[in-house]
Amino acid sequence: MYLKLDREHGLVMTDNVPDTLATSVIVPLVDMRAISKSYPGCLANDAIDLQLKAGRVHALLGENGAGKSTLVKILYGLLASDTGTIRWAGNLVHIDSPSAARALGIAMVFQHFSLFDSLSVLENIALGMDQDADNDLRQRIIEVSARYGLPLDPDRSVYTLSVGERQRIEIVRCLLQQPKLLIMDEPTSVLTPQEVADLFATLSRLAEEGVAILYISHKLEEIRQLCHEATILRGGRKVASANPQEESASSLAALMMGSDLPVARVAEVRKTGPVLFSMDNLTHQAGTTHGINLQGLTLQVAAGEIVGIAGVAGNGQDEFMQVISGESLLAAPNRLMLKNQPIGHINAAGRRRMGLCCVPEERLGHAAVPGLTLTENVFLTAHHTKALRHFGLISHRRSREFALEIIQRFNVQCHGAHSLASSLSGGNLQKFIVGREILQSPTVLVISQPTWGVDAGAAAAIHSAIRALAQQGAAVLLVSQDLDELMLVTDRIGALCAGQLSQMHRTADITVRQVGLLMGGEIAA
Amino acid sequence: MIALQRRASPSRLMGYLAPVLALGCTLVAGLILFALLGVPVGLAFHAYFIEPISSVYGLSELAVKATPLVIIGVALSIGFRAQVWNIGAEGQLILGGITGAAVGLFFYEVDSWYVLPLMILASVLGGMVWAGVPALLKTRLGVNEILTSLMLTYVAALLLSWLVAGPMRDPDGFNFPESRLFHDAALLPRIVDGTRLHLGAVIALGIVVAGWLLLSRTLLGFALRVNGMAPKAGAHAGFSQTRLVWIALLMGGGCAGLAGLFEVAGPIGQLLPSISPGYGFTAIIVAFLGRLHPVGVLVAALIMALSYLGGESAQITLNLPLAVTGVFQGMLLFFLLAADVLINYSFVWTRKATQQVESL
Repeated sequence: MYLKLDREHGLVMTDNVPDTLATSVIVPLVDMRAISKSYPGCLANDAIDLQLKAGRVHALLGENGAGKSTLVKILYGLLASDTGTIRWAGNLVHIDSPSAARALGIAMVFQHFSLFDSLSVLENIALGMDQDADNDLRQRIIEVSARYGLPLDPDRSVYTLSVGERQRIEIVRCLLQQPKLLIMDEPTSVLTPQEVADLFATLSRLAEEGVAILYISHKLEEIRQLCHEATILRGGRKVASANPQEESASSLAALMMGSDLPVARVAEVRKTGPVLFSMDNLTHQAGTTHGINLQGLTLQVAAGEIVGIAGVAGNGQDEFMQVISGESLLAAPNRLMLKNQPIGHINAAGRRRMGLCCVPEERLGHAAVPGLTLTENVFLTAHHTKALRHFGLISHRRSREFALEIIQRFNVQCHGAHSLASSLSGGNLQKFIVGREILQSPTVLVISQPTWGVDAGAAAAIHSAIRALAQQGAAVLLVSQDLDELMLVTDRIGALCAGQLSQMHRTADITVRQVGLLMGGEIAA
Repeated sequence: MIALQRRASPSRLMGYLAPVLALGCTLVAGLILFALLGVPVGLAFHAYFIEPISSVYGLSELAVKATPLVIIGVALSIGFRAQVWNIGAEGQLILGGITGAAVGLFFYEVDSWYVLPLMILASVLGGMVWAGVPALLKTRLGVNEILTSLMLTYVAALLLSWLVAGPMRDPDGFNFPESRLFHDAALLPRIVDGTRLHLGAVIALGIVVAGWLLLSRTLLGFALRVNGMAPKAGAHAGFSQTRLVWIALLMGGGCAGLAGLFEVAGPIGQLLPSISPGYGFTAIIVAFLGRLHPVGVLVAALIMALSYLGGESAQITLNLPLAVTGVFQGMLLFFLLAADVLINYSFVWTRKATQQVESL
């Protein structure tokens, strides 16, 4: 099936191959051959071939650490390959810097935007293009944004914009250069379902006009909807080319992981016990100017229950997590209750002692210290709950034993308990962190974005660990931007929007579309 | 051509080798400097590095000079690990000297065992008060402790000048800006006859052990290290940053104050307008040269103490200016910072002049 932008009907699905695709040119626009790149201690790309054709959306698929980013950085001139050649429309080229890539007609939208918050949209675009922020540029921005369905006000300050709108700036900035190849690095990880649909319409439109698009994503359903071709990487090698529309999500995942995806069970209705964790009309003023104030949050989580909080990043999730974990304290302690005791005034260590464990979103630097070993990172949060001290002194032996237990029970791939946290891949470190908190047997677990940037295998393992914890009678609060995850794991669901919490709904009774509306602030949905 | 390439992980070996490399470079650069000054290189080397430590007295002097450097260096390393940049140990040393001496002079001619412990207590408190000012300003108002602690050093030095010229001046001292000489009960006992080696050296060794234990085996030391490496992770674990800033600064101030007392109640024996040849600043170099590790600090302190002795010896035998000491210390820090690049980067030969761009 193809997504197609129809003038009368908007975004429609069609089985007909669009005309432009049928007549796509024979010579590929980009022809990368036998690209290899090694880092000290690892071969990131091992003789990878990649062909991109004009007018086609090409997916680059792979787990974390499969070599996608390296390959794309080589194409965009950010990295030099050790061996291999790149042909552009048949001609051998040497792309040694991003400006050389841009000169050829390659544009890239990064996962993390580089925008100046205090400047306007127009000024940001002008800066990126080395141009004056004049009326001419303003006109062109308005034209391009109208033409591709990317509504954007050139004079708004960036800090007032949502993440989706910020991404539009980056896309418009690329489109103004009239690229022949557009690279998108995990563009939908920060968007609401409606924003994703809008983005896909834009991308399809671009492809119809003959632009080649290289689309990097973890999300298999998206790739099946949008992409015409897919290259699948595993462990630095190209393992397959596939037509995403002929594959199912699980067959793509199997190609990506080299094994069949462990199927996550559908959430069954669990028996719930007494309320273990609650917030009652919780209000919190953000400490920083761009922070989000939390307003009147009310929520109850019972024993044995998994409650999900959906929401687009930047709607108060950070503040929400900090208030719950104890990194920000509340003026009114009884707004936050743990097992019927007020905890708003107790710090993070004290709350952990009372049985509240948290897993923050950021793995390195927040949940774990990059420069410390796994043994030491275990001590970081479990020193009291797991009694890792002996006569007041750190017991390296007990810490190591606990670290090894986590490594074994959660199947963490690493060289051992003495590995630095920074040396683990994202998925493995996340398994380790989740394991560290779950094995402390918390009565309440609050976990944010547990599978963000994590490969499918690790995600399944984390989900089943969360479920098992709930089954043992813990209350779990799951904050996530991944709707699939929320629909799969939770019993009840609500959304955080602009610092306010929507009503909670039973997950079984609500559709993804309705959750999307909650995320957009339509409280009445 | 040569290019720098980021290592996959920081090199442990280079962490230890960098100080050695820096010492070697300092030596070579120093000898070149001597040669340019027209001094025979062999003679200069002997005068600077060999002569000072070729007698028992010389070795004892090395220990005397190393004592304050060790005491302050250990405390500063602990603070630096927590990213608390106390640059004002010199001022805290002076304050400790003043408060300790004040107690000693208050009990003048009182020949009892409690005089010295009281002086020690007073000196530690004096140093802590001086370091408490930056701590208060940083935790309450967010003022950078580098600036406040450094500026307070000059206040302390002027305070000392005023005190020895005024309230604490020796009444029988012919108006010289000096205090009375301390009586015996207010002086540190000497541990080797015929030398100036005093009890402080033993206490300094104790502080090395205590510092090592604190950093490697206690929750507080762990919290300080985590706060330095990843403050957000510290907050996640529930370590209070405000508390850690206070502890790091008070620990540095207390130890610097103690070192100040050991100077006035040890080698000096009275309060003078100047009681330290910049030990508080040199201890910063000592801390980094010692890799912010208490045992490393001990070794580094001995090396830096030698630079003081060598400077004096070179002044006497070769007529070189005393500034040579400062030059050597400065070069050492300079080369050390340069060599530290090799911990995270390695040299590679590239075939052609391709641009090495770090991965984003």
